[in-house]
Amino acid sequence: MLKDLFQKKRKYATIPSEKTKREIPEGLMNKCPKCGAIQFNMELMKNFKVCTGCGYHFILNASERVEMLLDGGRLFEYDEDMVSEDPLGFPGYRVKTEQMIEKTGMRDAVVTGEGTIGGFPVVVCIMSFEFFSGTLGSVVGEKIVRAAEAAMQKNYPLIIFSTSGGARMQESILSLMQMAKTSAALGRFSESGGLYISVLTDPTLGGVSASFATLGDIILAEPGAVIGFAGRRVIEQTIRQKLPDNFQTSEFNLQHGHLDKVVHRKDLRPTLIKLLDMHTVKEVAFHGR
Amino acid sequence: MAGELPFEQPLAELRGKIDELIRFGAEKQIDFTDEIARLEERYKALQEEIYGSLSVRQKIQIVKSPQRPTTLDYINTVFTDFIELHGDRLFGDDQAIVGGIAKLGDVPVTVMGHQKGRDTKDNLARNFGMPHPEGFRKALRLMKQADKFRRPIITFIDVTGAYPGSSAEERGQSEAIARNLLEMSLLRVPVISVVIGEGGSGGALALGVGNRVLMLEHAIYSVISPEGAASILYKDAGRAMEAAESMKITAQDILALGVIDDIVPEPTGGAHRDPKKQAETLRGKLQEHLQELAAMSPDELKEDRFRKFRSIGSYAFLQTPD
Repeated sequence: MLKDLFQKKRKYATIPSEKTKREIPEGLMNKCPKCGAIQFNMELMKNFKVCTGCGYHFILNASERVEMLLDGGRLFEYDEDMVSEDPLGFPGYRVKTEQMIEKTGMRDAVVTGEGTIGGFPVVVCIMSFEFFSGTLGSVVGEKIVRAAEAAMQKNYPLIIFSTSGGARMQESILSLMQMAKTSAALGRFSESGGLYISVLTDPTLGGVSASFATLGDIILAEPGAVIGFAGRRVIEQTIRQKLPDNFQTSEFNLQHGHLDKVVHRKDLRPTLIKLLDMHTVKEVAFHGR
Repeated sequence: MAGELPFEQPLAELRGKIDELIRFGAEKQIDFTDEIARLEERYKALQEEIYGSLSVRQKIQIVKSPQRPTTLDYINTVFTDFIELHGDRLFGDDQAIVGGIAKLGDVPVTVMGHQKGRDTKDNLARNFGMPHPEGFRKALRLMKQADKFRRPIITFIDVTGAYPGSSAEERGQSEAIARNLLEMSLLRVPVISVVIGEGGSGGALALGVGNRVLMLEHAIYSVISPEGAASILYKDAGRAMEAAESMKITAQDILALGVIDDIVPEPTGGAHRDPKKQAETLRGKLQEHLQELAAMSPDELKEDRFRKFRSIGSYAFLQTPD
C-alpha cells in the first residue's frame, strides 16, 4: 500500500519500475529481510541497524562497524593497500577481485588497525561479508597475522569481528594454509598473555569458523547469527534430514557451549568496554603479585 | 592385473594377451620367446606413456581406489611395535582417526592418521573416514602426550573432509579443528605430516601443521572437494574435474607453490601396486627428514614450524608502503 503511494507520485518518471522499487528502500527506507517490516533508514541506524520490529541484526559492512564501535569512529588502519594476487591463475579470479574492489571500496574482506574503545587502546580486525562473501584468502590471513603481531608488540588487546562464507576457493591450498597461519599467530599472542576477544557475526562459516574465529579467550556473538563449520545445505544432504530453524544460530551455539555470550548490538560496545576494563591491570588491586 | 582403473584398461588388455600367448605356447610346445619379449617391451612403453603423464582426474581415481593403502597399512608396515591408544577423554573414541605409539627403526614415535574403511562394514564403523570433533581431540591428546615425552610425531593425512553432519556441529567441529591448528603450532617436538591420499580441507589440515609436510606422488590436497568447489563456483557438481584442475591440487603443483617440502615417489601405477615397496620408500623419507629435524632444539622446532606457516600466502601492495 505504501509502495503504491510512492509510485503514484512518480507517474511521470521514465525510470523503469524495477529501479524505482530499489531506490526507495536503499535511499530512505529499509525492509527487514526477516519480518518484512519497512522502516526509515534513520530510525534503523539509530537502533544500530537492528530491526525495530523483530530484532533482526542487519549485516554491517566494515565502515559501519568502525563507526559504531570505535571512539569517534576513528580507526588508524594497517596495511590498507594490501591486495590479492592471483597465485594459481584461477579462471575469473582477477576480474572478480577487481569488481569487488569497485563495488565495496574495500581492498579485501578485512580491515585492520588500531583505535580506542571507551578510551582503551585496541587492535581490531573487522571482516566484511560484502567483499567476496568475507572469504579467507592470503590477504585476510596476512592482515590478521600482522594485526595479532602488532597487538603483541604494543601489548594491546585484540578484537576480531568475523563474518565469512569460508575459504576462498580461488586461492585453493594457499587459502587453506591461512587457517594454520592465523591460528599459529594467535597461539603466540596467547602465550605472550594477550587478550583476544572474538565477536562472531552473521554468518561465520567454514575456514574462518574453523580457525581464528573460535580461538578467542572470550567469544561473543550477535543474536541470530549463523555460526558453524559446514553449511546447512551440505549438512541436510549428509544426514538426509531437514534441520530445525534455530540450527547453528548464536543461541544454538551458546546452548551447546561454543561461545560465552550472545550480545545485542546495542550492548556490544558497553560489554567490550567492561571486558577491556577488567583485563587492564590495576596496580592498586594487585597486592598479591 | 587386478582391480584396474578405467584408464589402465589398455595395459590390462595387453597383459591379458601376453599371458594368453605364454599359455598357448606352453600348450602347443611352440617357442614364442621373441614375440613375448617384444610385447613386454610394448607393455613397458605403454606403462610409461600412461603413468608418466597422469591427469588430475586419473590421480583422483588412484587416490580414491579402495585398494590404496590406508593409515593403518602404513603404520603396520613402516613402523614396528604399534600400540593403538583410544579416546579423547571427553566424549568418545572416533575410529575415523587412529593413533598410538610405535617404533620407527629404533626411535619411539607417536603416529596417527585418518582411517578410511576397507569394506562397507569397516566404513560404517569409521564413518567413511570423516572425523567428528572427538577424533581431532583424540589426535590432539596424543600429540600433547608426545610433546610431554619428547617423542617425534608422524601424522598421515587421508580424508575427504571433516564430517559435515549435525552431530559434529553440536560438538564443536570448528573449534576442534581450530584448536588443533593452534596447538600443533606450539609443539616442541619434530612433526612430520604426510598426505597419503586425499587431503581434504580443514579436516586434513587439523593433522597437518608439521615442520615438514610431504605428499605421496599421486596424493591430492585441496581447500574444498572438487565437487564442492564446482557446486559453488558453477552451481554444477558435474564440473568437478574443471574445478579440480583450476585449484591445483596435485603434489607437483603444491610443491611448486611452496606449501609442501617433499614428494614421496610411488611405485609404477600407484602405492597399491606395490605396498611393500611404498612402505620402504616412505620409511626412508621419514627417517631422512627426522634426522634433519633431530638437530634442532625444542624451541627451534617450534620456531621453524611457525616460520614455515607464517610465510605462506600471496599478496601485493598497491603502492609501496612507507
